[in-house]
Amino acid sequence: MLQSPALALVAFLAVLAFNTPASASPDPADWDAVLTEARGQRVYWHAWGGDARVNDFIAWVGRETRARYGVDLRQVKVSDTAEAVSQVLGEKGAGRDTGGAVDLIWINGENFATLKQNKLLFGPWAQQLPNWRYVDVGGKPTVLEDFTLATEGYEAPWIMAQLVFYHDSRRLPEPPLSMPALLAWARAHPGRFAYPQPPDFLGTTFLKQALYGLLEDPSVLLKPVSQDAFDTLSRPLWDFLEQLTPLLWRSGQAYPNNGARLRQLMADGEIDLALSFNPGEVSTSIATFELPDSVRTYVLSGGTIGNSSFVAIPYNANAIAGSMVVANFLLSAEAQARQQNPRIWGSPSVLAIDRLPAAERRWFDQLPSAAASLSAEQLGVPLPEPHPQWTERLEQHWQQSYGVSR
Amino acid sequence: MTEHDTMPTGLCLEKLEIVREGLTLVSLDTRIAPGEVLTVMGSSGSGKSTLLAVIAGAVAPVFQVSGRVLLDGRDLSGLPPQQRHVGLLFQDDILFPHLSVGGNLAFALPPALRGRAARRARVEEALMQANLKGFAERDPATLSGGQRARVALMRMLLAEPRVLLLDEPFSKLDAELRLQFRQFVFTMAKTRLLPVLMVTHDIEDARAAIGMVVTPKGKALTI
Amino acid sequence: MTPRPHHRKDLLSWAPWLTLLVLLGPILMGLLGTLAPAFGWLPALGHREFDLTPWRDLFAEAGIARSIQLSVTTGLSATLISLLLAVLICAAWQGTGLFSRIERLLPPLLSVPHAAAAFGLAFLIAPSGWIVRWFSPWATGWDIPPDVLIVQDPWGLAMIAGLVVKEVPFLLLMLLAALGQVDATRSRLVAQTLGYGRIMAWIKGVLPQIYPQIRLPVYAVLAYSMSVVDVAMILGPSTPAPLAVKVITWMNDPDLSLRLRAAAAAVLQFLLVLAALGIWKLGEFGLARLGRHWLETGGRGQRQALWSGLGLGAITLIVASLVLGLLGLALWSVAGLWVFPDALPQHVTLQSWSRYGPALGRPLVDTLIIAVTVVLLALVLTVACLETEYRHGSRPTTRSLWLLYLPLLVPQVGFLPGLQVLFVGIGVNGTLGAVILAHLIFVLPYVFLALADPYRAWDPRTGTVAASLGASANRILWRVRLPMLLTPLLVAAAVGFATSVGQYLPTLLTGGGRITTLTTEAVALASGGDRRIIGIYALLQMALPFIAFSLAIAIPACLYHRRLGMRNTL
Repeated sequence: MLQSPALALVAFLAVLAFNTPASASPDPADWDAVLTEARGQRVYWHAWGGDARVNDFIAWVGRETRARYGVDLRQVKVSDTAEAVSQVLGEKGAGRDTGGAVDLIWINGENFATLKQNKLLFGPWAQQLPNWRYVDVGGKPTVLEDFTLATEGYEAPWIMAQLVFYHDSRRLPEPPLSMPALLAWARAHPGRFAYPQPPDFLGTTFLKQALYGLLEDPSVLLKPVSQDAFDTLSRPLWDFLEQLTPLLWRSGQAYPNNGARLRQLMADGEIDLALSFNPGEVSTSIATFELPDSVRTYVLSGGTIGNSSFVAIPYNANAIAGSMVVANFLLSAEAQARQQNPRIWGSPSVLAIDRLPAAERRWFDQLPSAAASLSAEQLGVPLPEPHPQWTERLEQHWQQSYGVSR
Repeated sequence: MTEHDTMPTGLCLEKLEIVREGLTLVSLDTRIAPGEVLTVMGSSGSGKSTLLAVIAGAVAPVFQVSGRVLLDGRDLSGLPPQQRHVGLLFQDDILFPHLSVGGNLAFALPPALRGRAARRARVEEALMQANLKGFAERDPATLSGGQRARVALMRMLLAEPRVLLLDEPFSKLDAELRLQFRQFVFTMAKTRLLPVLMVTHDIEDARAAIGMVVTPKGKALTI
Repeated sequence: MTPRPHHRKDLLSWAPWLTLLVLLGPILMGLLGTLAPAFGWLPALGHREFDLTPWRDLFAEAGIARSIQLSVTTGLSATLISLLLAVLICAAWQGTGLFSRIERLLPPLLSVPHAAAAFGLAFLIAPSGWIVRWFSPWATGWDIPPDVLIVQDPWGLAMIAGLVVKEVPFLLLMLLAALGQVDATRSRLVAQTLGYGRIMAWIKGVLPQIYPQIRLPVYAVLAYSMSVVDVAMILGPSTPAPLAVKVITWMNDPDLSLRLRAAAAAVLQFLLVLAALGIWKLGEFGLARLGRHWLETGGRGQRQALWSGLGLGAITLIVASLVLGLLGLALWSVAGLWVFPDALPQHVTLQSWSRYGPALGRPLVDTLIIAVTVVLLALVLTVACLETEYRHGSRPTTRSLWLLYLPLLVPQVGFLPGLQVLFVGIGVNGTLGAVILAHLIFVLPYVFLALADPYRAWDPRTGTVAASLGASANRILWRVRLPMLLTPLLVAAAVGFATSVGQYLPTLLTGGGRITTLTTEAVALASGGDRRIIGIYALLQMALPFIAFSLAIAIPACLYHRRLGMRNTL
């Protein structure tokens, strides 16, 4: 989207300007210097604030970084990551190239692509973090490729996410394990399934997952796609939706806004089958009484889409050293085990647990199990995210065909 | 009526004209000596109250005013109301509802009178004169109409005015009270040698005042 | 009657200009900041040429015509229904004991935030909602809720209902304020003695007198209903959504080029509001002509009982849905597992309060600091303006009143994003000062409107008497006028306080996310959809204005408990 060479030059100069004075260019390779500079800094972390479990976890991270490194972490709770992107964009537009309001962003996918392509990110830095060495680069390739876009060290992974389905085992003991099975079940039980309205992230992911289950050769999904090719290749999906939509909750005349609303529909008994992008969501929701304890999680037989969530530092961040210290702490075994704890958050770790030294691995050995959660084996190897062009065209086509009820 | 006096005391209205939208409402050229009463009689809407507002310095800009108002030889035009030393009494007593009776009276005392005890003594004395001993702490809303009227009068007098302007001051009182209060006001004015300008449409008030009676346009009336 | 202008030019005379600057400056700058990208100018993204692409993209969007139509129809119907109901309730019941009870209910009803009211209503009327739960399964036989489209219906009926329950109390309050200006009781009595029925007497004898005074509030309701975002997201249709929701969705899209389309849509939204105001104005004009004829036909009004009953039914329904909706949310805040078709939670727990309670401290403090500062500034400016008006004897023109209403008539999504860019540019975004200034734009009109009438109604002879007793203009202001107007001052402060506490978009955009208030926290957490959290925040968001309104009543009552004359100054 950024075509103007002048703007690219400005961004380039801005990065240069950061790199010249010693105080503004912390080099993650010299970690001691980073730690020294970070002490006393205040880090504003713009992170989605819609889940109290996540907010609690971030509050804990803040207590730890303050005690250990003297870094004062403040969560800026956004209702949409794009708000933070807007902020950086607004600052760029206003010529504020230092001392920006955003120090760290919880980010992935399109938002990352936007910031990276517009040269609005600081870096590269992530792969020089001391804790990077335990990241499961081999087993979880998504830590290096964010929606097929190479991260190139401009963002550091911190949690894994994977599409899971969940069902109330009392009302639906044997859930459908494939897209055709889902359609057949819906015919027998109309109005008992819903997915969030695209372009909500979870809703779009459902469309991509359906493509994976309906295409003969899903490998095309990983490559860019022209409009013509898209029209031919995606036909099975639209045939599928043509049949599924009248069988959806409210006959597809209304959709839940997001995953949280979907969970509420499940709790209210309005649907029997739903989906989530956090494999631990059901367990923690049972603990907070948001779902009955008869709800169970599962993945489709061919596997489901998974990705990683990252943290990135804007080019004009005020506390770059402090932000790197926080990102590094997020990759520590202690923090990773805590977020994976189903009683706390239940989000899978990005680390290669078997490669951890024994002293670090014990954090994971102590984790409790939960009936509604899946083991790493049950989750299986996640399917990679399709190329962003697919996302864009899927959302556009969906909006045209189903975004206006008939 | 047109007799001019060179003595500077009292209230002089020198060729005073009040015009609204080309219509002359008031046209007076007269003097009220200390202790004397001039009554302006006219129907409602004839500009009587505007006359008082002009003298007190509180007139809306829609009126055009020409001529001069002199009080004890001092030209009032251009002076803010608080520097005119003009005492006003309306048919409503306009006591401040958020202050006690004593508070209302103390409000009027000049700041030159210093010391809490001295000011309080002055208030008590005024209450005594008005036959309202011990009323200092009372809520004005609990007083009878006659009592309120007397408080309003005493409040006005405590501010040490040099002229009294009365705007139908008795019209809301019932017959017996009216007689008493009218007597009380005029006696107070006389003993303090204050010129009094009263506007009214009540012939009884005009009679009781014992003085010249004119229309707003300056025509003398016999009653 | 006012004192003559003094020679010394005092500070006060600057107040109207300063107020105008505070109100209009940010709106104009913000509108410019929206207009430029709508025509392709957004240098930060490399768009440096004016063109019409954003508009072409906007009109190429699937379902855009329906989005536009929804904005207009939901806005106009919500306003029309609210106005008719408010007038009917006033006409049928003003002057009765029931009406004074309604009057007392108004402040707490008005302190319910729009979003909370919408969530509450959604939980009441959904097929899996509270009402169905009361009757299930014993009466309905439903073990699972029926698949019926009630909330988010494509016609926007649920959304209209959500707006009506909030706007009727607001218009009732405005009607009440206007009634204070005319001799409603005697006007109606005169009409009744001429043989008109009670309701007809009010509509023919009183309404024409007061409609001019509630005209601007009605316009504000119309502008608000057309461009509301939160209520539309909770209760409104999504296939497609009304235009204002589209603006926000595009504004928040990761694809930054959509911001141009968002800006074009924001401009379109502004034009739609202008057009709707025009339609309304035409309607007023036509109705006035027809109405004059109708007034002279001499119809005395039939079916008195039917209309009274209708008014009673409407207000009962409105109060019940607000109260029950909030009660439902309050119950959710202490609910353990609560599934369909249980009418009550399986057990009650304080878990949610103990989880979210501790995190409330900072936002609460920030909310209070901002609201109190904004209210003080608004009071100072308002009193300064009104006092200048009084001292210089100038009467406000209708045009200046329009200016005052501008922040309530221009859709927030139309100018706030532009304002944010401006604040970022001068480096104040994310500071308390920026948030306070942004709040002031919306608080000032309400404080002014709440205070202006009592301030102007103050008997000027009181000032004349005080001046003749030797008091200077300032002494009169501080010792006589303000103490006498204590109750209206505090009520205006409470209105301003409630307005400040409820601001979402201005806080979010100018606070840069660093300044968090109860409302921004509530919306961020509400995006997680748990009714327990929504319940907690709704209660707190309501509690603050409620406390403010209670103090506004209690403080004068306490200070002036021995001053009978101060009891009926409201």
